[in-house]
Amino acid sequence: MPAPLPDAELEQIELDLFLQALKRRHGHDFSEYAPASLTRRVRQLVHTHHCGSISALTARLLHEPDFVPLVIQGLSVPVSEMFRDPPVFRALRQHVLPVLASYPQITIWQAGCAHGQEVYSLAILLEEAGLYERSHIFATDFNADALQRAQEGIYPARDAQLWSRNYLLAGGGQSLASYYSARYDFIKLNQRLRRHITFANHNLVTDKVFCEAHLVLCRNVLIYFSNPLQNRTLALFRDSLVRGGHLCLGMRESLDFAPTAGDFTAVDAALRLYRRNSQPALEEHDGTA
Amino acid sequence: MERPEAIVIGCSKGGFNALKLLLDALDPQLPQAVLVCCHTASGAGVLAGLLAAHSALPVIEATERQPARPGVVHVAPGGYHLLLEHDRHFALSVDEQVCFSRPSIDVLFDSAADTYHAALIGVVLTGANRDGAHGLAQIRAHGGLAVVQEPASAEAAAMPQAALDIAGADYCMPLEQIAPLLNRLCLT
Ligand SMILES: C[S@@+](CC[C@H](N)C(=O)[O-])C[C@H]1O[C@@H](n2cnc3c(N)ncnc32)[C@H](O)[C@@H]1O
Repeated sequence: MPAPLPDAELEQIELDLFLQALKRRHGHDFSEYAPASLTRRVRQLVHTHHCGSISALTARLLHEPDFVPLVIQGLSVPVSEMFRDPPVFRALRQHVLPVLASYPQITIWQAGCAHGQEVYSLAILLEEAGLYERSHIFATDFNADALQRAQEGIYPARDAQLWSRNYLLAGGGQSLASYYSARYDFIKLNQRLRRHITFANHNLVTDKVFCEAHLVLCRNVLIYFSNPLQNRTLALFRDSLVRGGHLCLGMRESLDFAPTAGDFTAVDAALRLYRRNSQPALEEHDGTA
Repeated sequence: MERPEAIVIGCSKGGFNALKLLLDALDPQLPQAVLVCCHTASGAGVLAGLLAAHSALPVIEATERQPARPGVVHVAPGGYHLLLEHDRHFALSVDEQVCFSRPSIDVLFDSAADTYHAALIGVVLTGANRDGAHGLAQIRAHGGLAVVQEPASAEAAAMPQAALDIAGADYCMPLEQIAPLLNRLCLT
């Protein structure tokens, strides 16, 4: 027998109250996340913590300070891979690294770093291109637990096979195994890869520009945002990039419909690799052009 | 039941061949949006491209933030869960796999049930795991209709069997009879 249905309207009220509690009590604003996915995560939280209803979840959120990080962990989706979408990393090698090589100091911002899989992939690319010594990567996320794990760089050994294949498909010159040591069921990435990475808590909803980057990589984060929040975040990326700097989004994300589209030119549209224009976009309606 | 506004179809092992047969036999006048989740979908639009040659309706890959269009087959892209917002636009996610799969049929069926309520038909075809069974139960709980391919006639019986065990079905039949049934339910 299927479970009895929660009244859809009732659930919507409970959900609104939950999001309001999260925002007013703890400053985390999820009100502009895309609803379908967010609702699914909240239902999962109710299930995982045996709360019975979203209202019961809200009560715990309000009265138990220790519960907040668990809620953030449940709403964040720190699912990633090393060299996910290998053609993207191949394109970074071919089109972006040669441009980065022209700067004496290279600054990169990777937003939404999850457990660090992607930022270590970047570090390996830079290392193999001989650019890592003059690079600095800021890897940010709003999930403190994920950041902690990202610093540790320890992953289940069963992931290594897929990641090794990805690495080779991305044009890797060695074997991924030369970057980690395997122990029992885990692999631990070489700590040396961490030497030019700063892990920091940064919330794309509320926090501001903090660096001048030559490359911003933010993949599979915007898909969780509704249009206005996507647009604001893309403006944040533009303002964080030097002119001529690169922006790399997830394979199913795009800036085609965003107001910032005019500030970028596609380097490889299929791979969602863009470059910030060196001239400001001409204003269409300013009458002086 | 309400006049259906959408049909969601889930399949896995053997799904490509089953889809070819089913989509080909749909009525080209069908006014419903058709949403397909097949585990064997791979990168950029490959499955949609292959199916287009075998379908009475146009087939496209579902794109984030685009509407589910009537009379069009939308295929979930490989590597992403496909969801619907209440305004009937698509959303994608890279949440954890469900039943070792992304896209997951349960995820699509759940959010389609939230969106279309009783005006929805769920179809579970051939497959080797049990994804889709819980989603189909959700569709029925919202008042939608459940159609399951007869397990004995499926290339892989496990998935339709799990759907029958967990959700039950309003119709259980061999593949060849499913498209005529959908045409009848959707055009009258
Ligand atoms: C699906 S992961 C993407 C990981 C990696 N970039 C990839 O594509 O493989 C999404 C990450 O975005 C983070 N995230 C979600 N909302 C955020 C926000 N408002 N600010 C910062 N990070 C956020 C989540 O915590 C999660 O780690």
